[in-house]
Amino acid sequence: METTWAAGKMAPFRQGVQAGATIAIGYMPIALAFGLLAKTTGLTFAETVLMSIVVFAGASQYIALSLLSAGTGVFEIVLTTFVLNIRHFLMSASLNEKAGPDALWKKALYAFGITDETFSVAAMKEGTINASYMFGLIAMAYGSWVVNSGIGYAAGAGLPESLQESMSIALYAMFIGLLVPALKKQRKIVWLAGLSALFNSIGTFAFHLSKGWSIVLATLLSAIIVQWLMKEGGNDDE
Amino acid sequence: MNSAIVWMIIGMGIVTYLPRLLPFLLLGGVELPSFWQGVLKNVPYAVLGALIIPDVFFIQDDLSFGVIGFAAAVITAWLGANVMIVVLAAVAALSLYSLFV
Repeated sequence: METTWAAGKMAPFRQGVQAGATIAIGYMPIALAFGLLAKTTGLTFAETVLMSIVVFAGASQYIALSLLSAGTGVFEIVLTTFVLNIRHFLMSASLNEKAGPDALWKKALYAFGITDETFSVAAMKEGTINASYMFGLIAMAYGSWVVNSGIGYAAGAGLPESLQESMSIALYAMFIGLLVPALKKQRKIVWLAGLSALFNSIGTFAFHLSKGWSIVLATLLSAIIVQWLMKEGGNDDE
Repeated sequence: MNSAIVWMIIGMGIVTYLPRLLPFLLLGGVELPSFWQGVLKNVPYAVLGALIIPDVFFIQDDLSFGVIGFAAAVITAWLGANVMIVVLAAVAALSLYSLFV
């Protein structure tokens, strides 16, 4: 484990900060728009920033706002949030396999910062991940999310509309930038990503599953099917 | 602050943190069967596939927005650009496109 880190030129925390810069940029338009929407929904500045500090989950926070303005009760909003975030269970379980030996309290601390984006960046990193790396990565993502939520509220405006529209591609482009190099290396990864993209499309359009369930089921199905087929074929790369 | 909203935020915080935390607590010292270790190693690639498709195509009402952004990102990533360049290229492509529509 130590040699992995000794081999890198940068300290893990700085490595994490650098990897997190892309997420920080990608979160900016979404967090600004969240702050603005929270204001029009009638939340106070303190409530808006508190939600970003405590929850730190973009899609859930947006849905909470739209449910609030539809007059939905608190319990139902919390339940919806839970369903939407079950997918993080899968992500944490996967990251746990890749995590180096850190104290449990440190893992519990960085677990708070696991989002679709921080997970994807950490999971695609070569070798193991340790707490310092995760803290650097999450500091950037979390900082951007919280600060830009506040700015969006205070400024009462998002980015100029055309820039806001163009930047809505940012996080998807980041996911693509993380996935494509892996796709080029291994046929297995093409199957994993392709099947789960297909299953998620079927879940979304044919079964009208909620985003939370659709992603969880598509991911699990694809990960299990590919693993099973590889085992049957007898060419497991373990 | 409105106390109902604060309770809602606390509740949302708890149900968001638990799924993020529990696997580290439950699987901490556990050696899973190799099949399930393999499945968990597959998860990141499968997650990325599902996070990208189909949502990327629906970022704006105008479907060509998502298609152009997707194509720009895939091409630059395929050519070996790092993630930050891929993001900037996709945003630039869409900025350029929105100048013409």
